[in-house]
Amino acid sequence: MAKTVHPRLLSPGFSRAMQDPKWARRLLCGTALLFLALLLLVPLAAVFTEALRKGWGAFFESFNNPDARYAIYLTLLVAGISVPLNLVFGLAASWAVTKHDFPGKSLLITLIDLPFSVSPVVSGLILVLVFGVHGWFGSFFNSIGLQVIFAVPGIVLATVFVTFPFVAREIIPAMEAAGRDEEQAAIMLGASWWQILHRITLPNVRWALLYGVLLCNARAMGEFGAVSVVSGHIRGETNTVPLHVEILYNEYNFVAAFAMASLLAVLALLTLVAKTALEWRIQHLEKEAVTERTRHRENEPAA
Amino acid sequence: MKKYITLGTIALALGTLLCACGKGDNAQEDAPKGTVLLNVSYDPTREFYSEYNKWFIEKIEVEGTDKLDIKQSHGGSGKQARAVIDGLEADVVTLALSPDIDAIAQRSGKIPADWQKKLPNNSCPYTSTIVFLVRKGNPKGIQNWGDLARDGIEVITPNPKTSGGARWNYLAAWAWADEEYKGDEDKIHAFMSKMFHNVPVLDSGARGSTTTFVQRGIGDVLLAWENEAFLAMKEFGNDKFDIVVPPISIKAEPPVAIVEGVVSTNGHAALAQKYLENLYSPFAQALAARHFYRPCHPEMADAKDMARFPAVRMVTIDDKFGGWTKTQDLHFKDGGIFDQIFTAETK
Repeated sequence: MAKTVHPRLLSPGFSRAMQDPKWARRLLCGTALLFLALLLLVPLAAVFTEALRKGWGAFFESFNNPDARYAIYLTLLVAGISVPLNLVFGLAASWAVTKHDFPGKSLLITLIDLPFSVSPVVSGLILVLVFGVHGWFGSFFNSIGLQVIFAVPGIVLATVFVTFPFVAREIIPAMEAAGRDEEQAAIMLGASWWQILHRITLPNVRWALLYGVLLCNARAMGEFGAVSVVSGHIRGETNTVPLHVEILYNEYNFVAAFAMASLLAVLALLTLVAKTALEWRIQHLEKEAVTERTRHRENEPAA
Repeated sequence: MKKYITLGTIALALGTLLCACGKGDNAQEDAPKGTVLLNVSYDPTREFYSEYNKWFIEKIEVEGTDKLDIKQSHGGSGKQARAVIDGLEADVVTLALSPDIDAIAQRSGKIPADWQKKLPNNSCPYTSTIVFLVRKGNPKGIQNWGDLARDGIEVITPNPKTSGGARWNYLAAWAWADEEYKGDEDKIHAFMSKMFHNVPVLDSGARGSTTTFVQRGIGDVLLAWENEAFLAMKEFGNDKFDIVVPPISIKAEPPVAIVEGVVSTNGHAALAQKYLENLYSPFAQALAARHFYRPCHPEMADAKDMARFPAVRMVTIDDKFGGWTKTQDLHFKDGGIFDQIFTAETK
């Protein structure tokens, strides 16, 4: 299943022939850059300009508010719970669909993608319908005295639901590319499942895994829609950073609102940097793997 | 190397988890669980209640309560009522209009049906009215409700289906038209329809509409709670906007109630009672006036604050419209008059 590139495809003459004319390239690049500038760079710059409108003092003062600090803490807590959960789930799901054949497999793959296609607000309402006091499990949770909706468990549930495809979606292709040969060989050599998992399966997908965790984390911290529905908006109790941004904005507290928003923007930028570094690393590894395989093949007849 | 990276990833993830849990425990140790009262309110009351809560925590002692903390939740009045019905554990609700509290009473049974009789003045410690906020110097010359239906006027109001404030806007306009056209239904409908066709953006809540008008600069006139209009003037400067008071408006009565179903189980009954009763205290009444609400005891407020309220003839929902139940049914239910005029073609 390894991707092999025919040497001729890499020759300079061939790649030139494959390219579009110069004007087309420039037009496409220009359009893309214009869109990037208008839709990404300008708003991003606006966030930081607004946040620093009244100077650094006011900027840092916004984080001194107990409700703001609690929102940051809650966001970290929610991401801290949902990301590991989705890591385990993502691994289990992709392991199941790539290393095994069973009826309903394609249905499972489709279901994993469900949160991508469902509007976050709908996801939130679904949770209210299922776990709210008048919901299916509402009376059960009520009887054991656990408040789910309009409390932290509800926010965690909403975040887990919205972010669960991220890890699985990244690992499935990696696991498919790795194939089953190595695991089968390991079984024949008498390896235990744990040995197979941490010596073969995980190492093969480790970069994809890290990548998925990164995306999952970014979304978990930034999720607004679903969390907004189940939060109840209690200050200092169920407000995450994105919800707090909205509240501050509505209170005409623009500096603080954009200061909090800049926190999310910084997170997004860090994610991007880490993502780029990871992508570079993955490509590098793939190239290495290709050269290694070529070397093996060249050696084969001699062996 | 490979192994370390994999294990590292897992360790990192688990580390975050443990760290998060650990921090949760610590946070609870730091603040020993005192009594927490939750007040679920509507949009424009944020500033008023954040000051009132501070005062209440400092000054008012309630037996059997130590280390009191009061949490706030704000949003569109109808949305907040929905959340309480769906299980948001509010000890008290302070909403924009009585039908929202009625809805909680009917659908969840957590509030007794006769809640409005439990506190003085129909359970409304403060009232307000609907005024116009216009651009500085009133360039379009908007003076009365009739001007809102003129061609080329853009009116900003939230959606009466979701916003309490918007229903008061709607009813105030109706009250004017009813007098102007001497009860001629066709003419009233035509006026209302024309006015709503002048609305370019129908936000879901009062604060959203204010932001549309004030921040985004859309529209010629904002129909707003009087307190919201004053607040916008205060936040954005008197040099940008003017308040125009129409000769007739409506007495907007935002009521408060204890959520009996919640306080009976968490033992906050006495506390919640005291919390709402003290809204009628001299301090709270003066505070309400300072935050541009018209207190039900004007004599308790600072005369300087009271002088800011212009004289306006106010009709009430009971006298003019025969109470909320009737009004709600006639105007705002699906297929009601609002739906009819909103979808009607302007003549």
